[in-house]
Amino acid sequence: MSEAIAINPTDEQVARAHLAHHFDTPQQQFDAGTLGMWMFLATEMLLFSGLFCAYAVFRATHPEVFKYAGQYLDPVSGLINALILLTSGLTMALAVRFAQTGKRVALSLCLALTMLGGVGFLAIHAKEYFDNGQAKLLWGTHYAPSVGPNGKPVAPITGLAALVAKPKPVASSGWHALKSLGKAGFVVSHSAIMPASIGPAGVAPAQKPAAVANAFQPANVQIFFGIYFLMTGLHSLHVIIGIIVIGWLLIRSLRGEFGPGYNAPVVYVGMYWGVVDMVWMFLFPLLYLIH
Amino acid sequence: MTTFTGNNFGDTPVVAAQPDNYLTHGKTIGSWLFTLDHKRIGIMYLVTALLAFFIGGMLAEVIRTQLLVPQGLIFHGTGSVASSYAAYRYYNQVFTLHGIIMVFLVLIPIVPGALGNFAMPLMLGAKDVAFPKLNLISYYLYLVGAILAIVSTVLGAVDTGWTFYTPFSIQTESYVVVMVLGIFLVGFSSIFTGINFMVTIHKLRPPGMSWFRMPLFLWAIYSTSLIQVAATPVVGITFVLLMMERVMGIGIFNPALGGNPVLFQEFFWFYSHPAVYIMILPAMGIVSEIIPTFSRKHIFGYEFIALSSLAIALIGFLVWGHHIFVNGQSAELDAVFSFLTFIVAVPSAIKVWNWLATMYKGAIVLKTPMLYVLSFIVLFTIGGLTGVVLGALSEDVVLHDTYFVVGHFHYVMMGGTLIGFIAGMHYWWPKMFGRMYNETIAQWTCVVLFIGINLTFFPQLVVGAEGMPRRYASYLPVYQPYMIASTIGAYIQLVAFLTMAGYLMHSLFYGKKAPANPWGSGSLEWETASPPPHNNFETTPSVGDPYDYSDLVFDPAVNGYVHIEKPADSLAPVTATH
Repeated sequence: MSEAIAINPTDEQVARAHLAHHFDTPQQQFDAGTLGMWMFLATEMLLFSGLFCAYAVFRATHPEVFKYAGQYLDPVSGLINALILLTSGLTMALAVRFAQTGKRVALSLCLALTMLGGVGFLAIHAKEYFDNGQAKLLWGTHYAPSVGPNGKPVAPITGLAALVAKPKPVASSGWHALKSLGKAGFVVSHSAIMPASIGPAGVAPAQKPAAVANAFQPANVQIFFGIYFLMTGLHSLHVIIGIIVIGWLLIRSLRGEFGPGYNAPVVYVGMYWGVVDMVWMFLFPLLYLIH
Repeated sequence: MTTFTGNNFGDTPVVAAQPDNYLTHGKTIGSWLFTLDHKRIGIMYLVTALLAFFIGGMLAEVIRTQLLVPQGLIFHGTGSVASSYAAYRYYNQVFTLHGIIMVFLVLIPIVPGALGNFAMPLMLGAKDVAFPKLNLISYYLYLVGAILAIVSTVLGAVDTGWTFYTPFSIQTESYVVVMVLGIFLVGFSSIFTGINFMVTIHKLRPPGMSWFRMPLFLWAIYSTSLIQVAATPVVGITFVLLMMERVMGIGIFNPALGGNPVLFQEFFWFYSHPAVYIMILPAMGIVSEIIPTFSRKHIFGYEFIALSSLAIALIGFLVWGHHIFVNGQSAELDAVFSFLTFIVAVPSAIKVWNWLATMYKGAIVLKTPMLYVLSFIVLFTIGGLTGVVLGALSEDVVLHDTYFVVGHFHYVMMGGTLIGFIAGMHYWWPKMFGRMYNETIAQWTCVVLFIGINLTFFPQLVVGAEGMPRRYASYLPVYQPYMIASTIGAYIQLVAFLTMAGYLMHSLFYGKKAPANPWGSGSLEWETASPPPHNNFETTPSVGDPYDYSDLVFDPAVNGYVHIEKPADSLAPVTATH
């Protein structure tokens, strides 16, 4: 740690300079970091697993909803995004390789390309979100499309909003605004649970004349969009974080910090980006390719 | 014969008082707030968690005082139903906060955060945990989470119970979002601590310390970390979903929007049942350290105790359904979960029998840590066996949501985790602060606390079996004698805890100087000075059998135990190169 670094340090000296005091060797430090990163990525997968589990439960109990609502999504956008992420995965893997071999220009280029891929993915996804918002293909009470997936008009949903009262008016500022944050969402004066005579959602016959008019629209389609936005939203958040971290790597790479002696951050972020890619490879078929 | 020669480096007494230790290394506030020293971070956890424990404990006293009379002593109406309803809402808030604070801010972080952080690297003979910065981040996530929990209480206290069951948690006009965000951050603190500790044990074990030569506390910490890493993310996403329900109305758990409230219970307990083992496993690890030390006898069944920790961690993931027996789960699943719940009792029992076998024919020294461990064994056994009662399907249908459940988990959490923690705190106190507490007062406090805990929670088992439901602010007059007994027990506990706080604080300033090894323990943390120097060890300690006491003798000159030279030591010292 304290040994002086020469003007042109050897890889060994660079590695020693980055060695924390409680590790014996650079290899031990790198292995510890790698193990820690794998564990962190496992917890990331577990974070998503809750959503995959919710997906599985609702798809098993409401198959008609998933088949119907899945038709709203554009598989081409999803496929393009999958290809973009796969490509960015390749450039990230190359970046790791170039960091290890000390090819600094190629490293910076690959990091920049990976960021570009991430931004492209987000742009296409933002367009999809925007279109969903326009068509009111949203979660909960916000789900109110006027057009079915086949392009034919459907009558507006009236049942949902009636079940849940509108939130109270929100006070404008300061303490009261904060106070209303906690009470955001539903404030109901009566139980929001449906009377038992209606029966469980999805099983019960359509109970309102308006719903009967949407003969081809199953009940509770809003659940699909709730899950869709949660899954893709959490994934997009990870893409954003990835872009930021890769940007930080790019700055350090342009400074010439990475080489054969020290490249651990590139390796760790490469692992992270691989997992982010992989999650999309599951999300894409689960959400866009339902038959 | 009395010089310290265990490291074979000569006769220099390495354990002589060090002029500089980790407490005096850097005296500014900043040197504490931004410290990367695992020992200081451990002390910060200790102080914060004890503060949270004080708040949670005072809330418990409020609960017990309320229940002195059937209609409620503190919160009660003026006669009309509406006024009772309004008053009892405060009671709901009090028991909710008591539960949240005790579970998320005390029981889960206190042993790994405080004692694990302090002792684990020392037991490994290491200089620090694998990721010191992450360790500090963990602490601050915990602190910010705790502050958010308090903020939400000030704004509008949550009244859902610590389980946040939907749909009520979606509807209630209290600050669920702020509270849940706080717990989410505490959860990430827990995850990072778990990753940190697992990597530390994997990668920073000194040469010569194979897995089966580790002190059993490390096995317990490792198993705990495994659960923290594997279960906490699930409750993290569950709480994110709950926040989304309230902020956006996403509808996954809201039956009014086609969602499924039982799914919330499944998700919640998938974490929260393993979390019970996050709480109890490290306490068991402490017990496994203290029993052989104070029995002056090698631990019995080392491999069984070590592997039963892992077994509890793994099987603990498969029993969450026993919380949902009467909430609409199918009979087949009920049966499977009931069976698995019985199975998880087996490794716990293996530990208890091995502890008893260790004590058998040992030269038992009844110092304070050992007294607490003995009360742990009694109280945890009561808690564990009542758990098996609840795991049985037919009985659970009757006892579900009664005070029997309350009595059961307080025996486990209070009599198990907390008593185990207190035992560990008394065990490592001389190492942490370099001072001895008053042994006589400490022993009497232990006895009083034991009486208080039993007086508090045993009547709850009885009254629950007689049918008194939990979480009610009022009750039928027929239960009053039990409730009074329980409340008196709670007051006795309060006296014991205040006494404990008193003599521990006193010891910090007026206690006798502690020797390096006051109890004659064989693990590595006792090879360094009390309190340890900033870098933990002046000389790299040699790794031996942590439960071999044959070469440790009491030396009146230092008032502690020292190593004597053993002829033809087969465990030749293995030194790590740093």
